[in-house]
Amino acid sequence: MDASFSEISELHEKLKNKEISSVELTEYFLQRIKKHNPQINAYLTVTEDAALEEAKEADKIIARRGKISVFTGIPFGIKDLFCTKGIRTTASSKILENYVPPFDATSVQKMRAENAIILGKTNLDEFAHGSSTETSAFGESKNPWDTSRIPGGSSGGSAAAVAAGLAPLALATETGGSIRQPSSLCGVSGWKPTYGRVSRYGVISMTSSNDSIGAIGRSVRDLALTAEVMSGRDEKDATTGNREVPQYSANLRTNLKGMKIGVPAEYFIDGMEDDVKKRVLDAIEELRKLGAEIIDVSLPLTKYGSLVYAIVTPSEISSNLSRFDGIRYGHQAKDARDLAEIYSKTRAQGFGDEAKRRIMTGTYALSAGYYEAYYLKAQKVRRLLVDEFNNVFEKVDCLVCASSPNVAPKIGAAKDNPLFGYIADQLNIPAAMAGLPALSVPCGFGAARDGADGGASSSVAGVQMPVGLQIIGPQWGEQKIFDAGHAYQTVTDWHKKMPPDFVPASPLPGKRK
Amino acid sequence: MAENLKPSSGYAPVIGLEIHVQLKTKSKMFCDSPNNPDETAPNKNICEICTGQPGTLPVANREAVRLAVIVGQALNCRIEEYSKFDRKNYFYPDLPKGYQISQYDRPIAQNGYLDIEVPGENGGSASKRIRIRRAHLEEDAGKNIHPEGADYSLVDFNRAGTPLLEIVTEPDIASAKEAKIFLQELRNIIRYIGAGSADMEKGTMRLEPNISVRKPGQLELPAYKVEVKNINSFRFAESAIEYEIARQAEILKEGGMPKQVTMGWNEKAGQTMEQREKEEANDYRYFPEPDLPILHFSKEYLEEALASIPELPAQKRARFKREYGLPDADIRNLTEWKELTEFFEEAISELDELAGKALPLKFAKMAANWCLQDFSALLNAAKINPLESKVTPHNFAELIKLIEQSKISATAGKQVLAKMFELGGEPSRIMEDLGLAQVSDAAVIEQAINKVVSENAKAVADYKAGLQKSFGFLVGMAMKELKGKGNPQVVNDLLKKKLE
Repeated sequence: MDASFSEISELHEKLKNKEISSVELTEYFLQRIKKHNPQINAYLTVTEDAALEEAKEADKIIARRGKISVFTGIPFGIKDLFCTKGIRTTASSKILENYVPPFDATSVQKMRAENAIILGKTNLDEFAHGSSTETSAFGESKNPWDTSRIPGGSSGGSAAAVAAGLAPLALATETGGSIRQPSSLCGVSGWKPTYGRVSRYGVISMTSSNDSIGAIGRSVRDLALTAEVMSGRDEKDATTGNREVPQYSANLRTNLKGMKIGVPAEYFIDGMEDDVKKRVLDAIEELRKLGAEIIDVSLPLTKYGSLVYAIVTPSEISSNLSRFDGIRYGHQAKDARDLAEIYSKTRAQGFGDEAKRRIMTGTYALSAGYYEAYYLKAQKVRRLLVDEFNNVFEKVDCLVCASSPNVAPKIGAAKDNPLFGYIADQLNIPAAMAGLPALSVPCGFGAARDGADGGASSSVAGVQMPVGLQIIGPQWGEQKIFDAGHAYQTVTDWHKKMPPDFVPASPLPGKRK
Repeated sequence: MAENLKPSSGYAPVIGLEIHVQLKTKSKMFCDSPNNPDETAPNKNICEICTGQPGTLPVANREAVRLAVIVGQALNCRIEEYSKFDRKNYFYPDLPKGYQISQYDRPIAQNGYLDIEVPGENGGSASKRIRIRRAHLEEDAGKNIHPEGADYSLVDFNRAGTPLLEIVTEPDIASAKEAKIFLQELRNIIRYIGAGSADMEKGTMRLEPNISVRKPGQLELPAYKVEVKNINSFRFAESAIEYEIARQAEILKEGGMPKQVTMGWNEKAGQTMEQREKEEANDYRYFPEPDLPILHFSKEYLEEALASIPELPAQKRARFKREYGLPDADIRNLTEWKELTEFFEEAISELDELAGKALPLKFAKMAANWCLQDFSALLNAAKINPLESKVTPHNFAELIKLIEQSKISATAGKQVLAKMFELGGEPSRIMEDLGLAQVSDAAVIEQAINKVVSENAKAVADYKAGLQKSFGFLVGMAMKELKGKGNPQVVNDLLKKKLE
């Protein structure tokens, strides 16, 4: 199999057996990025020189020791929301266009410690506000399966890069679907961890109370391997848990005997595309064949998830974005005459519409007299959502549903509809608000219908786009979702599909076998 | 104006205090940068966290939390099982994150009190209880610097993120004098606990009094209050409050109503001045800080904290009175200076050993006097604290003993102490080196007296004729003969005997 669509464990074998060097592998991905990135705009920054230097180092380490980490010499991409020391970090915003952090996010530091190779920084919705990458100040990314369509978001650059074979893995973040939805739309695997499982330190905050730091990759096994590196208590993030990190990848199951899988009625919502529903039901059937007991469950509070999100998210955003004031770093308005103008002009020029919209909404929701009615009440409802999930997880090991009610829509279909994100995220938000771990795994293809929400009125376009199966686990239940996802991938090959336009004409050079 | 201040005028001041105390911790409130109020080079003690770089997160400083709990306990506050941090949102260049992490509705400590001793009727003193509303933790801001003549401003973030304890009293204070006594007592408590230097001049303790005045006969709290800023010494605090009370009473007396404003104390002008109109009633949009877990204080934690509180000034004062029988004024002066008190107590225990038996109260009185007078003078001149000086409590105790046993005169003792302070060393040796040992030997003194009496027949005759002055002259001559080292009491006694 070609390296561009290989799993990390496969690449690791090749590196270990000296079939290929890290420099060759890195050069190969850099070449592919050069060739294909203009088609999909997945990367905002490519760190070619540093990557090759790091690859040389990795090769030395591989040559020196017998035993190396599975990530040693493996190239990967990073969503441009993670601070990377010495590498420009923009959050896809003009306000940080030239910001170069003096430090690494903890998760980046951990990947560096494994001697993995940073290829570059991937595109996202500005400050992760969106579900399409269309709010990026540097242009939207495109879906490798049909470049006239969005890759989803906010981690759309990371999902598109992995889907197009421009990285075997990309770090990503999620607040309310930003890993699961683009993974689903691009036909790749995505892991959103339990809140507090992975350190948020150094990842630019959106909604501090439910930002989760995860990854998008080519298989559940790769994600389990990545989770082992990224997880754990961080002294720099007081919200990380003290729990031990299990050897997820070593424990992966290939049959699901004894596992109870819940199918929540409320997640099969009106407006869901027919093909999506069919593929998801097919996948549930596969899980049953693997030995799982499928149980119908109900989560009646689901519909309140989006409402809670709509208040908590902008509230925290309005405060988290306050530090972008033009005083210490980032964009500063040139024509400001006094302090008030430095603030107002810098922020007016630096932030895009969506960020402004959320700052306005959040500022309002936190204002005196409204705080109790909105933010405080939303937090109380959130508590009820958590309780509801806890109750269900006393009966089942995990829940399954679609990752997105629709396949990827056309670019622009959602652009002028500020509610697009909220509707598309409906399947993702409740679990995110409850801080639960979840996966999206490819489970087939469906006909695309054009329209922001795959509305029932749209015409069938006939293009086959990826569909994602979502697996939600209980708090700290990463092993359960990895087990279910991995078992599913041992009997299906949807995760191995390659978008035709990105299949390499010639295989990876430098094979020495 | 002062007329209005007389209690008989019926205009009664109502004063509540807001005090910010910078806690003494190694690192800042939410990051590892050093917490050093003495740093003068700008932007030296900073890191990615306290400059608000994107993606950075706060982690609460355990020691700061512990100190806040202990100060709260020392102020008789209730420490709830749970406490939390909140964000106070506003924009200012010295505030790196665009919000200050503070505490809103769940402060570390609440509902406490501090008893102070205020001047009572008939010149005595009385105890007065000042209720503490709350004490909460927060981070300090940086400092904006406006270079003269420049068209730009600079920001120094050394102070940004340093831990502050904000203590708020109920409006129980009735005069500038009471405010000052309260502040001094609070400062001493902070210092005894070791929670901070609480130095108003250095800004490690900052005061914002809220002052209003009741009209004669008025029982309810006034409908306005005036906050005064820019007070950076105890003296300013007293003057500013006195000035404000008088100003407001004057307005009320003329039938007016003082405006609810923020005033600044202008030391040069000796008056408070209305500060530039503040932004109208800021809405800080407080909400729980999502980056920090709720603080939980277990019973064991609180018990341990309580047990770690050292003897506080009020307790120490009571004990000094009981154990040493010192005068109230001496006790107050001693306990005002924590290190001096410690030095004193160490010296006393040394004296105990030197004396080899229960300590005579006289020793304590002498040691206190020497601590408060000569030793304090030397320390103040050198601007050091007792524990930094070359005078050890042991040597100090020895000196006291030499004086008490008349081996050296008080005057010579001062010289010896100065030498000890300068070079260190044992007082007995210094005394010998300087030839200052006191002569009490009757034979030696008698010899000198005999000589003086035989050489000054006229003075002797004058004395015998009733001229008392001549006795003093003869003592002086005898002392001169003894090179100033004669024990004055013995010289006096022997001379008197000789002349009888």
